[in-house]
Amino acid sequence: MSGGVDSSTVAGLFHRQGVPIVGLTMQLWNQRRLPELSPEGATGRCCSLDDVYDARAVAEHLGIPYYVVNFQDRFERQVVRPFIDEYLAGRTPIPCTLCNNFIKFDQFLEVAAGVGARRIATGHYARIGFDETAGRYQLRTSADPAKDQTYFLFGLTQEQLARSEFPLGGYTKTEVRALAREFGLPVAAKDDSQEICFVPNGDYAAFIDAYFEEQGIERTRARGEIVDREGRVLGEHAGVHRFTVGQRKGLGISGGEPLYVIATDAATQRVTVGRGPELLRAAVTVSQVNWIAIAALKAPRRVRVRIRNKHIPADAIIRPASGGRVEVRFDQPQRAVTPGQAAVFHDGDLVIGGGWIEDAG
Amino acid sequence: MNHRCYFDHNATTPVLPEVLGALTEALADVSGNASSAHHFGQVARQRLESARRQVARLLGSSDPKDVVLTSGGTEADNLAVLGAVRAAPGPRKHVITSAIEHPAVLGACGRLQREGVEITRVAVDSSGRVDPADVRRALRPQTVLISIMHANNETGVVEPLAEIGRIGREAGVLVHSDGVQAAGKIPVDVEALGVDLYSISGHKFYAPKGIGALYARRGVGIEPLFHGGHHERGRRPGTENVPGAVALGCAAARALDDLEAETPRLAALRDRLVRGILERVPDSGLNGADAPCTPNTANLFFDGLEGESLVIALDLKGFAVSTGAACSSGAIEPSHVLMAMGLSASRARSSLRVSLGRSNTREDVDALVDAVVAAVQRLRALSPTYATIAG
Repeated sequence: MSGGVDSSTVAGLFHRQGVPIVGLTMQLWNQRRLPELSPEGATGRCCSLDDVYDARAVAEHLGIPYYVVNFQDRFERQVVRPFIDEYLAGRTPIPCTLCNNFIKFDQFLEVAAGVGARRIATGHYARIGFDETAGRYQLRTSADPAKDQTYFLFGLTQEQLARSEFPLGGYTKTEVRALAREFGLPVAAKDDSQEICFVPNGDYAAFIDAYFEEQGIERTRARGEIVDREGRVLGEHAGVHRFTVGQRKGLGISGGEPLYVIATDAATQRVTVGRGPELLRAAVTVSQVNWIAIAALKAPRRVRVRIRNKHIPADAIIRPASGGRVEVRFDQPQRAVTPGQAAVFHDGDLVIGGGWIEDAG
Repeated sequence: MNHRCYFDHNATTPVLPEVLGALTEALADVSGNASSAHHFGQVARQRLESARRQVARLLGSSDPKDVVLTSGGTEADNLAVLGAVRAAPGPRKHVITSAIEHPAVLGACGRLQREGVEITRVAVDSSGRVDPADVRRALRPQTVLISIMHANNETGVVEPLAEIGRIGREAGVLVHSDGVQAAGKIPVDVEALGVDLYSISGHKFYAPKGIGALYARRGVGIEPLFHGGHHERGRRPGTENVPGAVALGCAAARALDDLEAETPRLAALRDRLVRGILERVPDSGLNGADAPCTPNTANLFFDGLEGESLVIALDLKGFAVSTGAACSSGAIEPSHVLMAMGLSASRARSSLRVSLGRSNTREDVDALVDAVVAAVQRLRALSPTYATIAG
């Protein structure tokens, strides 16, 4: 229970059905750290005392047992650090997926089992099913396409899916808010949380700077050149971690046609920019693939591929490649295929599997 | 669950019926302001001073005027540490404390540090004891205060306070002790211990929350935390909490009367608990095993699991225990006390504190042992860390 509307409504749904439940809040990040990032009145931050207060109020309202569990060390080690390392390596990471894979559906599941819970339920917008023929658990997209979170859940294993429930998968956000009001939950009108919970205002570059400052880590080569595809120097920048493929703002280059980041290289600290069409990629290699609907990919298959959370899945063919990798060939070249992001393969509302974008060809 | 058993008496204790009677009687019948000249004020004053004498007796103080009533242990610690250091003369000041103090003392020392006072935090050995020789070695010409707790809240380990008191006296340095976990559990004699300042908290020995006291030996200068009237001889301005004081006095008298009978009873229950667990749970142990300890406290580790999960699992079965100190959100950092004793972070996180009290019976303790054995087994069966340790 994060103290937000979604997980609170999940608790309300089970409570109405008379299912015995225990509310747990994960303390993932100490918001007292990096105080320079939280100006007076900053809101929408996870794991704050306010969120714990709200979750506790919901538990009290429903009359269920409620506890806070501390995963701060593990979260820093397995989510925050890799998130920073990825940015510094010139990629654009998705911490929510790491958190789902290593915290929520791993350690949290273990703690839940330890205190006697058979399954965990979360407020994710996604659906879990079971395919009798294949004998496999399935992951399906949410009934509310705008809220669908399968993009962050592609790493779930069969065992994790077997022990998880997403009761909100069949509802829209509007319906969930209506349920929250119906249950009289004190958080029914609370704002939605932001995308990356530990980075205030989405300013990840400021977060990384503050984190290094706190850790006393001196960074070398936090400067570099902005070049075009021919290698002509167009400007300077203060670190590749401030840029992501497809980004237009913050380049500090004026005049002419709009320019976009088309590649970043951590080794040389070079940011390559180009015009819109130069962002298009027809193929991409995906590694560390997790299969959900199928046991393995043995032959080329026609799917739709989502390469960003808000991306409309694009028609493509996936083929097995060396080392368990998958080669994706789009019917139409796609804009801003970004290393470090995920590529998730769909067949209708079914998630076939997904992996991490390695490089775009 | 049949009934709930409370095993967290170091966090707080329930109010004794007799104390509750005294409290409600005072709330209902004693309406005056203890500082007023008239009859109503005089009645309140008499009740207040009678309570002060009861508290002085519990602490072994021959002069009740040395007892300053406060809102609790945290205020008493802050008044002692901030008050004594700020009142001490000299441009440069130095304070000696320990690594295992309660946050009320550590926080007050942190505040002084920001004001320019130098702080030495002496280490403890693996049993959780401060070596008095370390305190002596830490002394400087500028040292104005030594603050070492009497008994630790997490482990129950009793510190060599009499020796530390002697060191302070010889050096002419004030000695404060946070006695919140000692008063009512072990005999306290501030005069024999040779301490100048001693903090207690009522709710740790069956008085209500919100009342406590600081023993401040006559002649020890302390700068008040609050400013206002001349209450508590100018050391704690604010209209006296007479009903709270009456309850504190009543609880102090009961604690003193019952100490002789309750100490061996609790120690036997504690030993039964520890033996029962250590015999039946492999890879477990007692933290601070080699040191003298308050009779009611056992701090145990269970390798390969999180104490936090154990607390939740036991609570869901009706047994209230704790991992040690809880932060404001309810989530727990690895204990600074256990870390100072040299435990690894993972062993510190696997630790559980059981603190017994008046209501606990042999049957409760046996039921708790069974519940701990079952919960540890289940948690370990699920723990990849334990598989690694055991494998």
